[in-house]
Amino acid sequence: MGMEFWLPAIWAAVIGVAVSLYVILDGFDLGIGILFPFTKDESERDQMMNSVAPFWDGNETWLILGGGGLFVAFPAAYAVIMPALYLPVLLMLLALVFRGVAFEFRWIAKPDHRFWDAAFAGGSALAAFSQGLILGGLLDGITVTDGRFSGGPLDWLSPFSILCGCAMVAGYALLGATWLNMRVAGHLEAKARGWAKGLLVAVLVFMVAVSLWTPLLYERIAERWFTLPNLFYLAPVPILTLLCALMVWTGLEKDQPASPFVGTVGMFLLGFAGLAISNFPYLVPPSLTVWDTAGAPESQVFMLIGVVALLPLILAYTAFMYWTFRGRVRAGEGYH
Amino acid sequence: MDLDPVILARMQFAFTIVFHIVFPAFTIGLSAWIATLIGLTLWTKNPHYENLAAFWTKIFAVSFAMGVVSGIVLTYQFGTNWSVFSRMVGNVIGPLIGYEVLTAFFLEASFLGILLFGRGRVPPGLHFFAAVLVAVGTAISAFWILSANSWMQAPAGFEMRDGVAYPTDWLAIIFNPTFPLRLAHMLIAAYVTTGFVVLAIGARYWLQGKHVREAETMVKMALGILVVLTPLQILVGDFHGLKALEYQPAKVAGLEGHWDGAEPAPLVLFALPDASAEANRFELAIPHLGSLILTHDWNGLYDGLKSFAPEDRPPVLPIFLSFRIMVGIGFLMAGIALWGVLAWARGRLFETGWFMSFLTYVWPLGFLAVIAGWVTTEMGRQPWVVTGLLRTEDAISPVTASEMLTSLILFVLVYAVVFASGLYFINRLLLKGPMRPIREHGLANRPITGASETGRIAIASGE
Ligand code: HDD
Ligand code: HEM
Ligand code: HEM
Repeated sequence: MGMEFWLPAIWAAVIGVAVSLYVILDGFDLGIGILFPFTKDESERDQMMNSVAPFWDGNETWLILGGGGLFVAFPAAYAVIMPALYLPVLLMLLALVFRGVAFEFRWIAKPDHRFWDAAFAGGSALAAFSQGLILGGLLDGITVTDGRFSGGPLDWLSPFSILCGCAMVAGYALLGATWLNMRVAGHLEAKARGWAKGLLVAVLVFMVAVSLWTPLLYERIAERWFTLPNLFYLAPVPILTLLCALMVWTGLEKDQPASPFVGTVGMFLLGFAGLAISNFPYLVPPSLTVWDTAGAPESQVFMLIGVVALLPLILAYTAFMYWTFRGRVRAGEGYH
Repeated sequence: MDLDPVILARMQFAFTIVFHIVFPAFTIGLSAWIATLIGLTLWTKNPHYENLAAFWTKIFAVSFAMGVVSGIVLTYQFGTNWSVFSRMVGNVIGPLIGYEVLTAFFLEASFLGILLFGRGRVPPGLHFFAAVLVAVGTAISAFWILSANSWMQAPAGFEMRDGVAYPTDWLAIIFNPTFPLRLAHMLIAAYVTTGFVVLAIGARYWLQGKHVREAETMVKMALGILVVLTPLQILVGDFHGLKALEYQPAKVAGLEGHWDGAEPAPLVLFALPDASAEANRFELAIPHLGSLILTHDWNGLYDGLKSFAPEDRPPVLPIFLSFRIMVGIGFLMAGIALWGVLAWARGRLFETGWFMSFLTYVWPLGFLAVIAGWVTTEMGRQPWVVTGLLRTEDAISPVTASEMLTSLILFVLVYAVVFASGLYFINRLLLKGPMRPIREHGLANRPITGASETGRIAIASGE
């Protein structure tokens, strides 16, 4: 097996990593936005926003790397997925516009910042929901003829994709709540633990629903999971997910700072692993595989050199950023 | 519905990118100016540089946020609206944008946090370093995106197989023929744009008698850089035009309003080119000067619009006009900078008089020239989206006109709200001006974001 096999496989992994990092990193700051309406207290809202203010832009950059990576490595998939998911992608972008500017506008607008509170909360929730729609629409399958998208504008809309949208909102909110539990002090910390418990239950329900729904709908997915010996190899995925959920719960019960967040991240990663297992090798289910849509090997190699050389550097200064702004944010104070 | 999706997609791209470019044009220059100010603070220990740096950082934070969100929209638009384009040239354009993300966006976005929130939390040297990295990041970002755009103007270093472009030589792709000049022209444009904003705001404060020391620093620093960069921009623009003549003759014929290639070209100062009559109306022209500028020969000949089939010509009227707007502003800018420096040399700059009052109005010049320049470049490239390879009308995604229309309307609405608010907020910050350090307000341990300081001060002072 030569380059034609490995390059697309490596790129699928790179994009998988970029998307996972995006979902976790931007997930918690979108989650903060989703949780915004749950407190009316202005200083708590300040605290929530301050706990992510230095990070959100860097977090969102992973989304550009995910989208850009798809464009580079699998241009044919990019050219099918984007038109097929036109409307949810549009919704996501507009929502991100609103919440992104709210980070700055809200402070300047004070004391008349109601609108930007709503923009931050609504934008975050809508961005999360549309990301779920995108995921659901992709899993649901895209109509392709001769390598081009040939379906209708609302193909992505189904009960399943709406379920995925709600699941995403709940999941990000859980990430946000466990982040707050780790990164703020005072009343808000206790409140966040309360939110997290409710959300954990909701997320588990959603995960079960998606895990049952997909194999019921798609034979290829059922076959992958429920035939021997796959069943044994794959059994750790749900078991580990449950263990992570347990870790979140006990962490919350015992007022531990980090373990609920770490456990939530674990749940997310395992959820993604599950989806990848269900759908591999399809990039555009149910017709185009990672190999069908791969870009020119020359381009993939050229870009891979950049990724290998620069990703460690990027991770290093991202880590440095998080380290610089470590510690809990107290009410009425930010970074100084 | 009989709306044409191509027109809608073009309107959407033009609308969203014109919105976007306003911010890079400002943030590229502003980040460099802030880094300079922070450097000067470290070096001279002079508090009014620190005031200025803190003040402009707030404005930067707001502009940068708008630049980021409007930029993300663009990357995705390649796929949603121009999927044929993405598939056909993705192998070439994709990695350029990929490298932009890896080398520029992560750098900017990460160190932005330290620039905005790090003062007092990291050592001053590191804060300065972060400011420099943000400035460098924005310039690197311009490097890659302009490389991609220039490749679309004059493709090089690739071969076509089965209707898809494959790279053959990356250096030839990145450093494609029109790229170096376009990069120089755009970077200078960004620094000049910021220069005129700083100049105008400085003049405004000075006339109001507010923050006078800071105001004088702003005016002097801005004039100092503008007097160098504005003439340079004219020079670079001239070379840029010569390059374009080599690779996109139809575009240059359009810019010059030059129809008949068999005769030496005049320099058309003003006219209304009429595509159906294939001639200029109301022409005001200097004979032979066009030939002299573009071929360096009094009787030199170059292709006129009639040398190209009508379907291969760009829309003449808009690019003819936008080109003149840009060039006119270019000369106006150089004039202003020279006049200012002369007045300064004679000790007459800081006087209340027409010149100082005039300076308060110059802030939009750079933005107008940048937008006019891009309209010239991009519409001049029509009917091609990738010169000679792919026509714009063939590049579009298989989506319906109603989807395009929906998205266009939503973009217009959302951007109107966001843009208007952003301008309003920036103006509000400008009205407040460079505050004395927050310490004086007794909020020493509080404030956080660049912008939040102002918010809190506003509350503290009961506004
Ligand atoms: C000459 C400079 C220039 C030009 C022509 C463009 N941009 Fe830009 N862009 C920048 C200079 C820039 C910047 C200075 O790097 C920005 C502006 C403000 C900012 O936040 O970063 C930016 C931000 C920015 C972002 C967000 C980056 C982040 O998260 O930090 C994206 C995704 C894009 N741009 C994409 C594009 C695309 C697809 C363009 C063309 C079609 C484009 N830009 C034209
Ligand atoms: C990689 C970079 C770029 C790509 C791929 C690109 C692509 C395109 C495409 C596909 C169109 C639509 C065709 C059309 O409407 O004529 C277009 C139009 C346009 N672009 Fe670009 N562009 C790029 C960079 C830029 C930049 C940096 C600007 C700066 C402002 C810009 C300004 C415009 C404008 C004003 C139009 C409208 C022209 C018209 O409607 O005829 N473009 N571009
Ligand atoms: C007076 C002198 C100027 C001349 C002769 C000039 C010339 C040109 C030419 C020929 C182009 C089109 C290149 C192409 O399509 O390939 C261009 C584009 C452009 N100009 Fe100018 N220009 C001048 C001044 C300015 C000024 C003062 C600014 C802004 C402050 C500016 C900003 C731009 C921008 C942003 C573009 C589009 C990007 C590019 O193609 O470089 N120009 N200019």
